[in-house]
Amino acid sequence: MADFFVQSFRMAMALIFARDKEVLSAVAISLNVAMWSVALGSVLGVPIGMLVALGNFPGKGAVRLVLNSLMAMPTVVIGLLVYAFISRQGPLGSLGLLFTPVAIIIGQSILATPVIGNYVLSTIQGVDELILPTAQTLGASNLRSVWQLAREVRFGLVAAIVAGFGRVISEVGVAMMVGGNIRMYTRTMTTAIALETSKGEFAFGLALGLILICVSLAVNLFLTIAQESRRV
Amino acid sequence: MANVVKLLSVKRRESLWIGFSACVLALVCHPLSAQTRLRMSTTTSTENSGLLDVLLPPFEKQCNCKVDVIAVGTGKALKLGEQGDVDVVLVHARALEDQFVANGFGVDRRDVMYNDFVIIGPASDPAELNHASSAVDAFQRIAGRQALFISRGDDSGTYQKEEEIWSAAKINPVGSWYRSAGQGMGEVIMMATELRGYTLADRGTYNAYRHGKTDLAIVYDDSHAFGRQGKSFSQLTVDQVTALTGANGLFNPYGVIAVNPKRFPYVHYDLAMKFIAYITGTEGQQIIANYRVQGDSVFFTYKGK
Repeated sequence: MADFFVQSFRMAMALIFARDKEVLSAVAISLNVAMWSVALGSVLGVPIGMLVALGNFPGKGAVRLVLNSLMAMPTVVIGLLVYAFISRQGPLGSLGLLFTPVAIIIGQSILATPVIGNYVLSTIQGVDELILPTAQTLGASNLRSVWQLAREVRFGLVAAIVAGFGRVISEVGVAMMVGGNIRMYTRTMTTAIALETSKGEFAFGLALGLILICVSLAVNLFLTIAQESRRV
Repeated sequence: MANVVKLLSVKRRESLWIGFSACVLALVCHPLSAQTRLRMSTTTSTENSGLLDVLLPPFEKQCNCKVDVIAVGTGKALKLGEQGDVDVVLVHARALEDQFVANGFGVDRRDVMYNDFVIIGPASDPAELNHASSAVDAFQRIAGRQALFISRGDDSGTYQKEEEIWSAAKINPVGSWYRSAGQGMGEVIMMATELRGYTLADRGTYNAYRHGKTDLAIVYDDSHAFGRQGKSFSQLTVDQVTALTGANGLFNPYGVIAVNPKRFPYVHYDLAMKFIAYITGTEGQQIIANYRVQGDSVFFTYKGK
Protein backbone atom coordinates (compact mmCIF):
# COMPACT_ATOMS: atom_id res chain seq x y z
CA MET A 1 0.00 0.00 0.00
CA ALA A 2 2.71 2.44 1.04
CA ASP A 3 4.67 1.19 -1.94
CA PHE A 4 1.86 2.20 -4.21
CA PHE A 5 1.97 5.82 -3.03
CA VAL A 6 5.74 6.01 -3.06
CA GLN A 7 5.77 4.61 -6.59
CA SER A 8 3.11 7.12 -7.72
CA PHE A 9 4.98 10.00 -6.12
CA ARG A 10 8.25 9.02 -7.77
CA MET A 11 6.48 8.65 -11.09
CA ALA A 12 4.90 12.09 -10.74
CA MET A 13 8.30 13.64 -10.05
CA ALA A 14 9.85 11.76 -12.95
CA LEU A 15 7.07 12.90 -15.29
CA ILE A 16 7.43 16.53 -14.23
CA PHE A 17 11.19 16.58 -14.56
CA ALA A 18 11.26 14.63 -17.81
CA ARG A 19 8.70 17.12 -19.19
CA ASP A 20 6.77 14.23 -20.67
CA LYS A 21 5.17 15.60 -23.83
CA GLU A 22 1.75 14.04 -23.31
CA VAL A 23 1.54 15.04 -19.67
CA LEU A 24 2.56 18.61 -20.48
CA SER A 25 -0.04 18.71 -23.23
CA ALA A 26 -2.74 17.48 -20.85
CA VAL A 27 -1.73 20.15 -18.30
CA ALA A 28 -1.75 22.86 -20.97
CA ILE A 29 -5.13 21.79 -22.35
CA SER A 30 -6.64 21.57 -18.86
CA LEU A 31 -5.42 25.07 -17.98
CA ASN A 32 -6.43 26.49 -21.32
CA VAL A 33 -10.02 25.26 -21.29
CA ALA A 34 -10.34 26.05 -17.57
CA MET A 35 -9.22 29.66 -18.12
CA TRP A 36 -11.57 30.19 -21.01
CA SER A 37 -14.40 28.60 -19.06
CA VAL A 38 -13.76 30.71 -15.98
CA ALA A 39 -13.47 33.84 -18.14
CA LEU A 40 -16.79 33.12 -19.86
CA GLY A 41 -18.32 31.95 -16.60
CA SER A 42 -17.32 35.28 -14.99
CA VAL A 43 -18.70 37.34 -17.85
CA LEU A 44 -22.04 35.62 -17.29
CA GLY A 45 -21.88 34.83 -13.58
CA VAL A 46 -20.75 38.17 -12.13
CA PRO A 47 -23.59 40.23 -13.67
CA ILE A 48 -26.09 37.51 -12.80
CA GLY A 49 -24.91 37.48 -9.18
CA MET A 50 -25.02 41.29 -8.99
CA LEU A 51 -28.44 41.53 -10.58
CA VAL A 52 -29.94 38.96 -8.27
CA ALA A 53 -28.30 40.53 -5.21
CA LEU A 54 -29.21 44.14 -5.99
CA GLY A 55 -32.30 43.81 -8.09
CA ASN A 56 -35.77 43.83 -6.73
CA PHE A 57 -37.99 41.79 -8.94
CA PRO A 58 -40.71 39.19 -8.57
CA GLY A 59 -39.48 35.61 -8.51
CA LYS A 60 -36.12 36.55 -7.03
CA GLY A 61 -36.36 33.68 -4.58
CA ALA A 62 -37.01 31.25 -7.41
CA VAL A 63 -33.99 32.54 -9.33
CA ARG A 64 -31.79 32.03 -6.28
CA LEU A 65 -33.15 28.53 -5.87
CA VAL A 66 -32.38 27.69 -9.49
CA LEU A 67 -28.90 29.20 -9.18
CA ASN A 68 -28.25 27.06 -6.11
CA SER A 69 -29.56 23.91 -7.75
CA LEU A 70 -27.47 24.48 -10.86
CA MET A 71 -24.36 24.34 -8.67
CA ALA A 72 -25.27 20.74 -7.88
CA MET A 73 -25.92 19.80 -11.50
CA PRO A 74 -24.00 16.60 -12.31
CA THR A 75 -21.27 17.29 -14.86
CA VAL A 76 -22.40 14.39 -17.04
CA VAL A 77 -25.87 15.92 -17.36
CA ILE A 78 -24.36 19.21 -18.57
CA GLY A 79 -22.16 17.16 -20.88
CA LEU A 80 -25.20 15.37 -22.23
CA LEU A 81 -27.10 18.62 -22.83
CA VAL A 82 -24.17 20.24 -24.61
CA TYR A 83 -23.66 17.04 -26.60
CA ALA A 84 -27.27 17.11 -27.78
CA PHE A 85 -26.87 20.70 -28.94
CA ILE A 86 -23.56 20.46 -30.78
CA SER A 87 -23.71 16.95 -32.24
CA ARG A 88 -24.18 16.96 -36.02
CA GLN A 89 -27.81 16.06 -35.42
CA GLY A 90 -28.27 18.90 -32.95
CA PRO A 91 -29.33 22.51 -33.58
CA LEU A 92 -25.71 23.75 -33.61
CA GLY A 93 -24.43 20.71 -35.48
CA SER A 94 -23.27 22.58 -38.55
CA LEU A 95 -20.55 24.28 -36.50
CA GLY A 96 -18.77 20.96 -36.04
CA LEU A 97 -17.89 21.67 -32.41
CA LEU A 98 -18.25 18.19 -30.93
CA PHE A 99 -14.93 16.65 -29.84
CA THR A 100 -13.06 19.96 -29.94
CA PRO A 101 -11.67 22.04 -27.05
CA VAL A 102 -14.41 24.60 -27.75
CA ALA A 103 -17.02 21.99 -26.82
CA ILE A 104 -15.37 21.48 -23.44
CA ILE A 105 -15.22 25.25 -22.90
CA ILE A 106 -18.95 25.58 -23.59
CA GLY A 107 -19.81 22.84 -21.11
CA GLN A 108 -17.41 24.01 -18.42
CA SER A 109 -18.61 27.62 -18.72
CA ILE A 110 -22.08 26.36 -17.90
CA LEU A 111 -20.59 24.62 -14.87
CA ALA A 112 -18.68 27.69 -13.72
CA THR A 113 -21.42 30.29 -14.19
CA PRO A 114 -23.74 29.34 -11.28
CA VAL A 115 -20.80 28.82 -8.93
CA ILE A 116 -19.40 32.28 -9.71
CA GLY A 117 -22.89 33.81 -9.67
CA ASN A 118 -23.62 32.39 -6.23
CA TYR A 119 -20.33 33.53 -4.75
CA VAL A 120 -20.85 37.05 -6.08
CA LEU A 121 -24.41 37.02 -4.79
CA SER A 122 -23.48 36.09 -1.24
CA THR A 123 -20.48 38.44 -1.16
CA ILE A 124 -22.61 41.42 -2.13
CA GLN A 125 -25.23 40.49 0.41
CA GLY A 126 -22.48 40.33 3.00
CA VAL A 127 -21.27 43.92 2.59
CA ASP A 128 -22.83 47.08 3.93
CA GLU A 129 -26.05 47.53 2.06
CA LEU A 130 -25.65 51.30 2.28
CA ILE A 131 -22.74 51.38 -0.17
CA LEU A 132 -24.89 51.87 -3.22
CA PRO A 133 -27.19 54.57 -1.74
CA THR A 134 -24.15 56.29 -0.19
CA ALA A 135 -22.31 56.38 -3.48
CA GLN A 136 -25.41 57.68 -5.19
CA THR A 137 -25.96 60.37 -2.56
CA LEU A 138 -22.36 61.45 -3.11
CA GLY A 139 -23.30 62.10 -6.72
CA ALA A 140 -22.02 58.92 -8.42
CA SER A 141 -23.84 57.67 -11.48
CA ASN A 142 -25.49 54.24 -11.34
CA LEU A 143 -22.62 52.63 -13.25
CA ARG A 144 -20.08 54.39 -11.07
CA SER A 145 -21.87 53.19 -7.91
CA VAL A 146 -21.85 49.58 -9.08
CA TRP A 147 -18.15 49.95 -9.88
CA GLN A 148 -17.58 51.23 -6.33
CA LEU A 149 -19.45 48.21 -5.02
CA ALA A 150 -17.37 45.84 -7.16
CA ARG A 151 -14.20 47.45 -5.72
CA GLU A 152 -15.57 46.93 -2.25
CA VAL A 153 -16.22 43.22 -2.84
CA ARG A 154 -13.16 42.47 -4.96
CA PHE A 155 -11.91 39.80 -2.53
CA GLY A 156 -15.22 38.05 -2.91
CA LEU A 157 -14.83 38.25 -6.68
CA VAL A 158 -11.43 36.58 -6.47
CA ALA A 159 -12.97 33.90 -4.25
CA ALA A 160 -15.69 33.42 -6.84
CA ILE A 161 -13.14 32.94 -9.60
CA VAL A 162 -11.14 30.52 -7.45
CA ALA A 163 -14.28 28.50 -6.77
CA GLY A 164 -15.24 28.50 -10.45
CA PHE A 165 -11.75 27.41 -11.38
CA GLY A 166 -11.93 24.61 -8.84
CA ARG A 167 -15.20 23.39 -10.27
CA VAL A 168 -13.92 23.16 -13.87
CA ILE A 169 -10.32 22.01 -13.38
CA SER A 170 -11.51 19.00 -11.37
CA GLU A 171 -14.44 17.87 -13.50
CA VAL A 172 -14.25 14.91 -15.85
CA GLY A 173 -17.82 14.38 -17.11
CA VAL A 174 -18.03 17.25 -19.59
CA ALA A 175 -14.45 16.93 -20.81
CA MET A 176 -14.86 13.21 -21.47
CA MET A 177 -18.28 13.37 -23.07
CA VAL A 178 -18.00 16.36 -25.42
CA GLY A 179 -14.20 16.45 -25.66
CA GLY A 180 -13.80 12.78 -26.49
CA ASN A 181 -10.45 12.41 -24.69
CA ILE A 182 -8.46 12.87 -27.91
CA ARG A 183 -4.71 12.61 -27.35
CA MET A 184 -2.89 15.97 -27.42
CA TYR A 185 -6.09 17.75 -28.45
CA THR A 186 -8.89 17.34 -25.93
CA ARG A 187 -7.22 15.08 -23.38
CA THR A 188 -7.25 16.97 -20.09
CA MET A 189 -5.62 15.98 -16.81
CA THR A 190 -8.83 14.45 -15.53
CA THR A 191 -9.70 12.46 -18.65
CA ALA A 192 -6.10 11.24 -18.78
CA ILE A 193 -6.47 10.02 -15.20
CA ALA A 194 -9.73 8.25 -16.11
CA LEU A 195 -8.03 6.62 -19.10
CA GLU A 196 -5.01 5.44 -17.12
CA THR A 197 -7.30 4.04 -14.43
CA SER A 198 -9.29 2.14 -17.04
CA LYS A 199 -6.03 0.69 -18.33
CA GLY A 200 -5.21 -0.49 -14.80
CA GLU A 201 -2.27 1.95 -14.57
CA PHE A 202 -3.24 3.12 -11.09
CA ALA A 203 0.17 4.44 -10.11
CA PHE A 204 0.40 6.49 -13.28
CA GLY A 205 -3.13 7.79 -12.75
CA LEU A 206 -2.31 8.85 -9.22
CA ALA A 207 0.89 10.49 -10.46
CA LEU A 208 -1.19 12.59 -12.83
CA GLY A 209 -3.50 13.38 -9.92
CA LEU A 210 -0.57 14.71 -7.90
CA ILE A 211 0.47 16.92 -10.82
CA LEU A 212 -3.10 18.20 -11.09
CA ILE A 213 -3.03 19.16 -7.41
CA CYS A 214 0.28 20.99 -7.91
CA VAL A 215 -1.14 22.89 -10.87
CA SER A 216 -4.23 23.91 -8.88
CA LEU A 217 -2.00 24.95 -6.00
CA ALA A 218 0.09 27.14 -8.31
CA VAL A 219 -2.98 28.83 -9.81
CA ASN A 220 -4.52 29.47 -6.39
CA LEU A 221 -1.22 30.76 -5.04
CA PHE A 222 -1.08 33.22 -7.91
CA LEU A 223 -4.63 34.39 -7.27
CA THR A 224 -3.90 34.79 -3.57
CA ILE A 225 -0.81 36.88 -4.30
CA ALA A 226 -2.80 38.98 -6.73
CA GLN A 227 -5.43 39.55 -4.06
CA GLU A 228 -2.92 40.40 -1.29
CA SER A 229 -1.02 42.85 -3.45
CA ARG A 230 -4.17 44.80 -4.26
CA ARG A 231 -4.69 45.40 -0.55
CA VAL A 232 -1.67 47.75 -0.38
CA MET B 1 0.07 31.24 3.38
CA ALA B 2 0.61 34.79 4.55
CA ASN B 3 4.31 34.06 4.99
CA VAL B 4 4.63 32.74 1.49
CA VAL B 5 2.85 35.80 0.22
CA LYS B 6 5.14 38.10 2.23
CA LEU B 7 8.17 36.22 0.95
CA LEU B 8 7.05 36.78 -2.60
CA SER B 9 5.68 40.24 -2.05
CA VAL B 10 8.90 42.00 -3.02
CA LYS B 11 8.44 40.84 -6.53
CA ARG B 12 4.70 40.70 -6.49
CA ARG B 13 4.24 43.33 -9.19
CA GLU B 14 6.54 41.35 -11.46
CA SER B 15 4.91 38.05 -10.59
CA LEU B 16 1.54 39.59 -11.26
CA TRP B 17 2.65 40.61 -14.71
CA ILE B 18 4.19 37.24 -15.39
CA GLY B 19 1.01 35.51 -14.31
CA PHE B 20 -1.11 37.89 -16.31
CA SER B 21 0.98 37.42 -19.45
CA ALA B 22 0.85 33.66 -18.95
CA CYS B 23 -2.94 33.84 -18.85
CA VAL B 24 -3.09 35.96 -21.99
CA LEU B 25 -0.66 33.64 -23.74
CA ALA B 26 -2.67 30.59 -22.72
CA LEU B 27 -5.85 32.20 -24.00
CA VAL B 28 -4.32 33.33 -27.27
CA CYS B 29 -2.53 30.08 -28.07
CA HIS B 30 -5.73 28.20 -28.42
CA PRO B 31 -5.28 24.70 -29.81
CA LEU B 32 -7.35 25.33 -32.89
CA SER B 33 -4.96 24.59 -35.71
CA ALA B 34 -5.67 24.82 -39.38
CA GLN B 35 -4.51 21.24 -39.99
CA THR B 36 -7.17 18.87 -41.31
CA ARG B 37 -8.40 16.50 -38.64
CA LEU B 38 -9.69 13.07 -39.51
CA ARG B 39 -12.09 11.87 -36.86
CA MET B 40 -12.11 8.19 -36.14
CA SER B 41 -14.27 6.47 -33.57
CA THR B 42 -12.90 3.15 -32.47
CA THR B 43 -13.12 0.64 -29.68
CA THR B 44 -11.25 0.89 -26.42
CA SER B 45 -9.40 -2.33 -27.28
CA THR B 46 -7.53 -0.80 -30.23
CA GLU B 47 -6.60 2.31 -28.27
CA ASN B 48 -5.68 0.56 -25.01
CA SER B 49 -3.48 -1.95 -26.81
CA GLY B 50 -1.19 0.88 -27.85
CA LEU B 51 -1.38 -0.12 -31.53
CA LEU B 52 -2.69 3.25 -32.68
CA ASP B 53 0.34 5.00 -31.20
CA VAL B 54 2.55 3.28 -33.76
CA LEU B 55 0.02 2.91 -36.56
CA LEU B 56 -1.17 6.50 -36.86
CA PRO B 57 2.01 8.67 -36.87
CA PRO B 58 3.31 7.48 -40.29
CA PHE B 59 -0.09 8.23 -41.83
CA GLU B 60 -0.35 11.62 -40.14
CA LYS B 61 3.03 12.49 -41.62
CA GLN B 62 2.02 11.33 -45.12
CA CYS B 63 -1.27 13.20 -45.23
CA ASN B 64 -0.11 16.17 -43.15
CA CYS B 65 -3.19 15.76 -41.01
CA LYS B 66 -4.15 14.74 -37.50
CA VAL B 67 -6.19 11.68 -36.68
CA ASP B 68 -8.50 12.33 -33.74
CA VAL B 69 -9.19 9.06 -31.99
CA ILE B 70 -12.39 8.77 -30.00
CA ALA B 71 -12.19 5.47 -28.14
CA VAL B 72 -15.58 4.18 -26.97
CA GLY B 73 -17.52 0.92 -27.12
CA THR B 74 -18.25 -0.49 -30.57
CA GLY B 75 -21.95 0.33 -30.32
CA LYS B 76 -21.24 3.95 -29.50
CA ALA B 77 -18.48 4.14 -32.11
CA LEU B 78 -21.02 3.14 -34.78
CA LYS B 79 -23.60 5.50 -33.31
CA LEU B 80 -21.16 8.39 -33.74
CA GLY B 81 -20.91 7.36 -37.39
CA GLU B 82 -24.69 7.16 -37.73
CA GLN B 83 -24.94 10.74 -36.48
CA GLY B 84 -22.19 11.92 -38.78
CA ASP B 85 -19.99 13.00 -35.89
CA VAL B 86 -16.97 11.07 -37.18
CA ASP B 87 -15.39 10.41 -40.60
CA VAL B 88 -14.39 6.79 -40.19
CA VAL B 89 -15.04 3.93 -37.77
CA LEU B 90 -12.74 1.05 -36.78
CA VAL B 91 -14.73 -1.53 -34.82
CA HIS B 92 -15.31 -5.22 -34.15
CA ALA B 93 -18.91 -6.39 -34.38
CA ARG B 94 -19.47 -7.88 -37.81
CA ALA B 95 -23.26 -8.07 -37.66
CA LEU B 96 -23.60 -4.48 -36.52
CA GLU B 97 -21.07 -3.30 -39.11
CA ASP B 98 -23.01 -4.92 -41.96
CA GLN B 99 -26.19 -3.33 -40.65
CA PHE B 100 -24.41 0.03 -40.49
CA VAL B 101 -23.48 -0.25 -44.17
CA ALA B 102 -26.87 -1.66 -45.20
CA ASN B 103 -28.62 1.28 -43.56
CA GLY B 104 -26.55 3.65 -45.66
CA PHE B 105 -24.50 5.20 -42.86
CA GLY B 106 -21.21 3.78 -44.09
CA VAL B 107 -19.64 2.69 -47.33
CA ASP B 108 -17.07 0.09 -48.31
CA ARG B 109 -16.36 -1.99 -45.20
CA ARG B 110 -12.90 -3.50 -45.31
CA ASP B 111 -11.22 -6.17 -43.17
CA VAL B 112 -8.26 -4.79 -41.24
CA MET B 113 -7.09 -7.39 -38.76
CA TYR B 114 -8.33 -9.94 -36.29
CA ASN B 115 -7.61 -11.58 -33.00
CA ASP B 116 -9.83 -13.66 -30.78
CA PHE B 117 -11.79 -13.58 -27.59
CA VAL B 118 -10.72 -15.69 -24.66
CA ILE B 119 -12.60 -16.76 -21.57
CA ILE B 120 -10.51 -15.96 -18.53
CA GLY B 121 -11.03 -17.00 -14.94
CA PRO B 122 -9.26 -18.19 -11.80
CA ALA B 123 -6.51 -20.72 -12.60
CA SER B 124 -8.28 -23.23 -10.33
CA ASP B 125 -11.11 -23.16 -12.91
CA PRO B 126 -14.03 -24.16 -10.61
CA ALA B 127 -16.50 -24.61 -13.51
CA GLU B 128 -14.03 -26.76 -15.48
CA LEU B 129 -14.07 -24.70 -18.64
CA ASN B 130 -10.79 -26.31 -19.51
CA HIS B 131 -12.75 -29.38 -20.64
CA ALA B 132 -15.30 -27.44 -22.68
CA SER B 133 -15.59 -28.38 -26.33
CA SER B 134 -16.96 -25.09 -27.61
CA ALA B 135 -17.60 -21.53 -26.47
CA VAL B 136 -21.27 -22.39 -26.09
CA ASP B 137 -20.36 -25.40 -23.93
CA ALA B 138 -18.08 -23.17 -21.85
CA PHE B 139 -20.87 -20.69 -21.16
CA GLN B 140 -23.25 -23.54 -20.31
CA ARG B 141 -20.75 -24.77 -17.75
CA ILE B 142 -20.55 -21.34 -16.15
CA ALA B 143 -24.35 -21.10 -15.93
CA GLY B 144 -24.72 -24.72 -14.81
CA ARG B 145 -22.32 -24.24 -11.88
CA GLN B 146 -23.63 -20.76 -11.17
CA ALA B 147 -20.01 -19.63 -11.32
CA LEU B 148 -19.51 -15.88 -11.05
CA PHE B 149 -19.49 -14.22 -14.48
CA ILE B 150 -18.74 -10.55 -15.03
CA SER B 151 -20.45 -9.20 -18.13
CA ARG B 152 -19.38 -6.02 -19.89
CA GLY B 153 -23.03 -5.03 -19.93
CA ASP B 154 -22.40 -2.09 -22.25
CA ASP B 155 -22.68 -1.58 -26.00
CA SER B 156 -19.27 -3.02 -26.82
CA GLY B 157 -18.36 -5.61 -29.44
CA THR B 158 -17.32 -7.92 -26.61
CA TYR B 159 -20.76 -7.64 -25.05
CA GLN B 160 -22.33 -8.41 -28.46
CA LYS B 161 -20.23 -11.56 -28.50
CA GLU B 162 -21.34 -12.54 -24.98
CA GLU B 163 -24.97 -12.13 -26.01
CA GLU B 164 -24.43 -14.16 -29.16
CA ILE B 165 -23.00 -17.06 -27.17
CA TRP B 166 -25.67 -16.91 -24.43
CA SER B 167 -28.42 -16.99 -27.01
CA ALA B 168 -26.80 -19.91 -28.88
CA ALA B 169 -26.52 -21.69 -25.53
CA LYS B 170 -30.24 -21.00 -24.99
CA ILE B 171 -29.51 -19.43 -21.63
CA ASN B 172 -31.02 -16.24 -20.32
CA PRO B 173 -28.28 -15.11 -17.95
CA VAL B 174 -29.91 -13.84 -14.78
CA GLY B 175 -29.12 -14.44 -11.16
CA SER B 176 -26.61 -13.39 -8.57
CA TRP B 177 -23.82 -15.22 -10.42
CA TYR B 178 -24.21 -12.91 -13.45
CA ARG B 179 -23.02 -9.36 -12.86
CA SER B 180 -23.42 -6.67 -15.46
CA ALA B 181 -20.60 -4.14 -14.98
CA GLY B 182 -21.33 -1.56 -17.65
CA GLN B 183 -17.64 -0.70 -17.90
CA GLY B 184 -14.69 -1.02 -20.26
CA MET B 185 -12.68 -4.19 -20.87
CA GLY B 186 -9.87 -3.19 -18.55
CA GLU B 187 -12.18 -2.41 -15.65
CA VAL B 188 -14.06 -5.67 -16.14
CA ILE B 189 -10.83 -7.70 -16.10
CA MET B 190 -9.85 -5.96 -12.86
CA MET B 191 -13.32 -6.61 -11.44
CA ALA B 192 -13.18 -10.30 -12.37
CA THR B 193 -9.74 -10.50 -10.80
CA GLU B 194 -10.92 -8.98 -7.53
CA LEU B 195 -14.09 -11.08 -7.39
CA ARG B 196 -12.46 -14.29 -8.72
CA GLY B 197 -14.96 -14.61 -11.56
CA TYR B 198 -15.00 -15.53 -15.21
CA THR B 199 -15.26 -13.05 -18.03
CA LEU B 200 -15.00 -12.84 -21.81
CA ALA B 201 -12.10 -10.67 -22.93
CA ASP B 202 -10.38 -9.84 -26.18
CA ARG B 203 -6.92 -11.34 -26.22
CA GLY B 204 -5.21 -8.03 -26.83
CA THR B 205 -6.51 -6.38 -23.68
CA TYR B 206 -5.97 -9.55 -21.66
CA ASN B 207 -2.34 -9.71 -22.83
CA ALA B 208 -1.84 -6.13 -21.78
CA TYR B 209 -3.12 -6.99 -18.29
CA ARG B 210 -1.45 -10.37 -17.95
CA HIS B 211 1.82 -8.96 -16.70
CA GLY B 212 1.25 -7.87 -13.14
CA LYS B 213 -2.32 -6.59 -13.29
CA THR B 214 -4.34 -9.80 -13.28
CA ASP B 215 -3.60 -13.37 -12.24
CA LEU B 216 -6.60 -14.77 -14.11
CA ALA B 217 -5.72 -17.39 -16.71
CA ILE B 218 -7.15 -18.26 -20.10
CA VAL B 219 -9.44 -21.18 -19.29
CA TYR B 220 -10.98 -21.46 -22.74
CA ASP B 221 -10.08 -20.28 -26.22
CA ASP B 222 -10.62 -21.50 -29.77
CA SER B 223 -7.65 -23.87 -29.65
CA HIS B 224 -9.85 -26.09 -27.43
CA ALA B 225 -12.30 -26.54 -30.27
CA PHE B 226 -9.52 -28.16 -32.30
CA GLY B 227 -8.51 -30.42 -29.44
CA ARG B 228 -5.35 -28.40 -29.08
CA GLN B 229 -5.72 -27.08 -25.56
CA GLY B 230 -2.94 -24.82 -24.51
CA LYS B 231 -1.68 -24.22 -28.03
CA SER B 232 -1.42 -20.56 -28.63
CA PHE B 233 -3.85 -18.85 -30.91
CA SER B 234 -1.09 -17.67 -33.19
CA GLN B 235 -0.37 -21.31 -34.08
CA LEU B 236 -3.81 -21.76 -35.61
CA THR B 237 -4.07 -21.05 -39.33
CA VAL B 238 -6.20 -18.26 -40.66
CA ASP B 239 -8.56 -20.84 -42.16
CA GLN B 240 -9.00 -22.62 -38.84
CA VAL B 241 -9.68 -19.37 -37.07
CA THR B 242 -12.12 -17.97 -39.57
CA ALA B 243 -13.94 -21.32 -39.80
CA LEU B 244 -15.14 -20.77 -36.27
CA THR B 245 -17.34 -17.80 -36.96
CA GLY B 246 -20.69 -17.22 -35.34
CA ALA B 247 -21.46 -18.35 -31.83
CA ASN B 248 -19.33 -21.47 -32.15
CA GLY B 249 -16.06 -19.65 -32.22
CA LEU B 250 -14.37 -16.71 -30.64
CA PHE B 251 -13.05 -15.15 -33.83
CA ASN B 252 -12.83 -11.38 -33.46
CA PRO B 253 -12.48 -9.52 -36.76
CA TYR B 254 -11.91 -5.76 -36.96
CA GLY B 255 -13.32 -3.78 -39.84
CA VAL B 256 -12.90 -0.20 -41.02
CA ILE B 257 -15.75 1.74 -42.61
CA ALA B 258 -15.86 5.24 -44.11
CA VAL B 259 -18.90 7.28 -43.15
CA ASN B 260 -21.17 7.81 -46.15
CA PRO B 261 -20.48 11.23 -47.77
CA LYS B 262 -23.85 11.15 -49.54
CA ARG B 263 -25.57 11.17 -46.21
CA PHE B 264 -23.20 13.55 -44.46
CA PRO B 265 -21.64 15.83 -47.10
CA TYR B 266 -19.27 17.49 -44.62
CA VAL B 267 -17.31 14.33 -43.68
CA HIS B 268 -13.69 14.07 -44.80
CA TYR B 269 -14.45 11.21 -47.16
CA ASP B 270 -11.33 11.42 -49.34
CA LEU B 271 -9.09 11.51 -46.31
CA ALA B 272 -11.02 8.61 -44.77
CA MET B 273 -10.48 6.56 -47.95
CA LYS B 274 -6.77 7.43 -47.89
CA PHE B 275 -6.64 6.24 -44.32
CA ILE B 276 -8.42 3.00 -45.18
CA ALA B 277 -6.03 2.43 -48.08
CA TYR B 278 -3.15 2.99 -45.68
CA ILE B 279 -4.17 0.58 -42.92
CA THR B 280 -5.24 -2.13 -45.34
CA GLY B 281 -2.16 -1.56 -47.51
CA THR B 282 1.32 -3.04 -47.19
CA GLU B 283 2.73 -0.50 -44.75
CA GLY B 284 -0.21 -0.48 -42.36
CA GLN B 285 -0.59 -4.26 -42.42
CA GLN B 286 3.09 -4.70 -41.67
CA ILE B 287 2.93 -2.37 -38.68
CA ILE B 288 -0.10 -4.28 -37.33
CA ALA B 289 1.49 -7.70 -37.85
CA ASN B 290 4.76 -6.65 -36.21
CA TYR B 291 3.17 -4.97 -33.22
CA ARG B 292 3.96 -6.70 -29.94
CA VAL B 293 3.00 -6.05 -26.34
CA GLN B 294 5.60 -7.57 -24.03
CA GLY B 295 6.54 -10.02 -26.75
CA ASP B 296 2.96 -11.10 -27.58
CA SER B 297 1.23 -10.43 -30.87
CA VAL B 298 -1.98 -8.55 -30.29
CA PHE B 299 -3.57 -8.35 -33.72
CA PHE B 300 -3.16 -10.59 -36.73
CA THR B 301 -3.48 -9.69 -40.41
CA TYR B 302 -5.08 -11.70 -43.20
CA LYS B 303 -1.92 -11.94 -45.26
CA GLY B 304 -1.89 -15.74 -44.98
CA LYS B 305 -5.35 -15.98 -46.41
